[in-house]
Amino acid sequence: MEEKVYTKGKVKSIIANLVIVEIDGPVSQNEICYIKLHGTDLMAEVIKINGNMAYVQVFESTRSLSIDKEVEFTGHMLEVTLGPGLLSRNYDGLQNDLNTMEGIFLKKGEYTKALDESKKWDFKPLLKEGDRVEAGSWLGEVDENHQSHKIMVPFKMQGSYKVKSIEEKGTFTVKDTIAVISDAEGNAFPITMTQNWPVKVPIKVYESKPRPYRLLETGVRTIDTLNPITEGGTGFIPGPFGSGKTVLQHALSKQAEADIVIVAACGERANEVVEIFTEFPELDDPRTGRKLMERTTIIANTSNMPVAAREASVYTAMTIAEYYRQMALKVLLLADSTSRWAQALREMSNRMEELPGPDAYPMDLTAIIASFYARAGYVYLNNDESGSITFIGTVSPAGGNLKEPVTEATKKAARCFYALSQQRADSKRYPAIDPIDSYSKYLEYDEVKKYLNEHIDEKWTDNIETVKDILIRGRETSEQIDILGDDGVPIDYHITYWKSEIIDFVILQQDAFDDIDGSTPIDRQKYMLDKILKICHVDFEFDSFEDTAEYFKRIINELKQMNYSEFESDKFKNHEKQLEKIIEERKVD
Amino acid sequence: METQAFQKIYTRITSITKATCSLKAAGVGYEELAVINGKLAQVVKVIGGEVTLQVFGGTEGIPTNAEVVFHGKPPVLNVSDELSGRFYNSFGHPIDGGPEVEGEEREIGGPTVNPVRRQQPSELIATGIAGIDLNNTLVSGQKIPFFADPDQPYNQVMAMVALRAKADKIILGGMGLTNDDYLFFKNVFDQAGALDRIVSFVNSTEDPPVERLLVPDMALTAAEYFAVDKNQDVLVLLTDMTLYADALAIVSNRMDQIPSKDSMPGSLYSDLARIYEKAVQFPEGGSITIVAVTTLSGGDITHSIPDNTGYITEGQLFLRKDTDIGKVIVDPFRSLSRLKQLVIGKKTREDHPSVMNTAVRLFADASNAKTKLENGFDLTDYDERSLEFAKEYSRKLLAIDVNIDIDEMLDTGWELFNKFFTKAEVGIKEELVKKYWPEEEGFEDKKSEKKETEEEA
Repeated sequence: MEEKVYTKGKVKSIIANLVIVEIDGPVSQNEICYIKLHGTDLMAEVIKINGNMAYVQVFESTRSLSIDKEVEFTGHMLEVTLGPGLLSRNYDGLQNDLNTMEGIFLKKGEYTKALDESKKWDFKPLLKEGDRVEAGSWLGEVDENHQSHKIMVPFKMQGSYKVKSIEEKGTFTVKDTIAVISDAEGNAFPITMTQNWPVKVPIKVYESKPRPYRLLETGVRTIDTLNPITEGGTGFIPGPFGSGKTVLQHALSKQAEADIVIVAACGERANEVVEIFTEFPELDDPRTGRKLMERTTIIANTSNMPVAAREASVYTAMTIAEYYRQMALKVLLLADSTSRWAQALREMSNRMEELPGPDAYPMDLTAIIASFYARAGYVYLNNDESGSITFIGTVSPAGGNLKEPVTEATKKAARCFYALSQQRADSKRYPAIDPIDSYSKYLEYDEVKKYLNEHIDEKWTDNIETVKDILIRGRETSEQIDILGDDGVPIDYHITYWKSEIIDFVILQQDAFDDIDGSTPIDRQKYMLDKILKICHVDFEFDSFEDTAEYFKRIINELKQMNYSEFESDKFKNHEKQLEKIIEERKVD
Repeated sequence: METQAFQKIYTRITSITKATCSLKAAGVGYEELAVINGKLAQVVKVIGGEVTLQVFGGTEGIPTNAEVVFHGKPPVLNVSDELSGRFYNSFGHPIDGGPEVEGEEREIGGPTVNPVRRQQPSELIATGIAGIDLNNTLVSGQKIPFFADPDQPYNQVMAMVALRAKADKIILGGMGLTNDDYLFFKNVFDQAGALDRIVSFVNSTEDPPVERLLVPDMALTAAEYFAVDKNQDVLVLLTDMTLYADALAIVSNRMDQIPSKDSMPGSLYSDLARIYEKAVQFPEGGSITIVAVTTLSGGDITHSIPDNTGYITEGQLFLRKDTDIGKVIVDPFRSLSRLKQLVIGKKTREDHPSVMNTAVRLFADASNAKTKLENGFDLTDYDERSLEFAKEYSRKLLAIDVNIDIDEMLDTGWELFNKFFTKAEVGIKEELVKKYWPEEEGFEDKKSEKKETEEEA
């Protein structure tokens, strides 16, 4: 390849981390440049160009920067390095490996390599000389923490190629050439195990992106049973502070049926990230019996790290997710919190003196959020395999008000909505997901309905509707009881209310810290749902309302004990017998 | 500060606003300090050759031909052991009449700790106040504010926490502190004989409000010196962060920035996080713990300042006047220490989590009973007892004038359970009840005695 000459520039203005650079040649939007400051390079990204002035946002503090300092452009956008060894790493928002950085404090201008370039990987070819390939084709594989990590033709390569040569089984570093491919004109391109990709551009080397239809089991009953999310689906969790967002996210990352988990800690508390750093390596992976960290990558950009890098961090995480999706893996991406990301956008928009939208957020906030959520999904790859990215973001609504712009914009983009309710959190009904305000649009998809009814139970979706109706009726009657007093309403009201409480206590509430109750497989969820619906359809007889509470508490207790017991164990069956006895006491035929 | 030989003096100011001055100058670094007519200023914007300075003391009386001298460096603090026992202004200059501190010059507002180098906080900070130690245990490396209305004694409680916490250094960052409160802190620390382990940076209400913006960074730079260089446990007190945020809003307004919610700058979250996230447990043993005050207006926690704070800090402490006992208590419902799980029952006695949760639950029952009473419903015997319990619990444990150690708090908890409730009503795990339930005659014993006599009769 010919030597390219890159544009240079000089700093002309500085407003916090927005720097205006006078340029002497062509630059492109979102191009990366480095500002030279006393021997350190400050990384920055072009966000606006006006004549010969490029507006760049600096990913570091601009303290002590002065005008006329030199700037070098790189000719490429913000890119991540993709290759074996991404798992088990802790990166910052720009994919610097935090563990290989020196010292306790982050140094300005210190950038570390994303991958370990000295590590040798056992490479196994999947193709042979003469095979036709294109971007994303699987040339070979290596074993990364017991998962097959595919070595692919770089996504940037356009058109069709032929494998000219490929290495035999052997050990290689990520920088070694493992294959050479050639185009129609006979130009040869050496391929290594790494490639770069610009984070803000979605990777689109797949055949098609159908509507997601398969259930993604999370083991969290209030999600799986009431408002299920699909493989390749999108969801968001808004909640005021202290409503149990973090515990829920941990549960999801631990239990969800995903091959790869990517956690983007975006602008959140550092001590919480430390908790992830210290606990994830200890957590046992229920799916493999090894450690959860083996299939996890963490992108940590805490609230005190530079704001522009915070904006980049969610894109970095998404690009890594897309990379693994191309290997026909199921990826779960969790971002906590997308509000902080939106705030980073707001800060930059403010500095560029753009006309503001609602709450001073940029006008195109909705579009930015929508196009980010659109990168999730279920895809058929060009080799007929399928892969998916399921994305769940949290939102931290200001003042717990769900009418603020970030929540509203996200609501338009995400298909599942898990509203954390302060009221439920206060009364310790965890997870605090409000069953009535929350929704899953996937339940409206015919293909999802079909999948659920085929795989769980033919009446499953009807049953979900019934459960929701009981919950709504329960809430209405409880309001009336509050207004009219316990003895001001017919006894039936109490019975209706308590039937909804059974669902609340036994299905919705779940002890995330209990080994058995913490995660419920879908067949067990079905069993319990059937059991409870049967109870809900029984007619009970009471002489006075005072007896209802005590009676239903006994029923709830037996059901809860069942939740705490190994499925279909003797203990489980004993409680079930007890339960049947209690039901008989007041059953009317 | 005196002028040094190589420094260039500018005397042509091109524009002046209420808070800023602009002039043409070359080679000026961003965030660099300058002196205009003896007033300290900082570079906040460089547009082409024009530099905009934010004048901390306000621009009143600055002429267009004022002398402007650039320092060539951002705000710094001289750090050494000499810092201890002294009082400084927002710029780090002594206000106690003593000499300037000699030591290593450090830029304030320094870099961030690499998150993977942080240690998970695990050391309990005992304050003797049961509302804190029992229900909302503090942990070193934590950041937690008091959410308080202006009429509540938050500064007193904070001074008490500071003195009882076994910190090696206490650093006070006072923003918009009234002179009376400044003297209060000075006296309290003096009387406690703790002055030698205290460092204070004070911006009083008499000083220009914009100067406050430097106080947290000054305090935290000093804190980092003691925590990193000396491996000490440092407690930083910041009061009042609402006034700090107000100063941010003033500056952003004068710089024509577009305000977001509640007239606060759009960067409020990042600005506050930058300060609070300095709280850290270092692997080498030193730590920085931040206890702050955020005053509320009319108890409104949805206002931008407390709301953003709540998302950053690890919990919050609410003070409330309990009219039943006529004392200020730490509200057990609205207060929360997110890090308490790391120490309770682990560094403290095994029954700590159970006693804490049960007492709060029973206190909640009492407040339900109270609502019932107010609405004219009849009270059950259990309601009556829980109300009695609530009063004693409030007086003996929640009140801020309590000063006992944690074992004693737990024993008091058991004592109250025994006095007012049966074991079944308390509902604590069997093993713990066996071990800790007091032997004295309690409610349950009386109840069974009564039953027996009735039966005999």
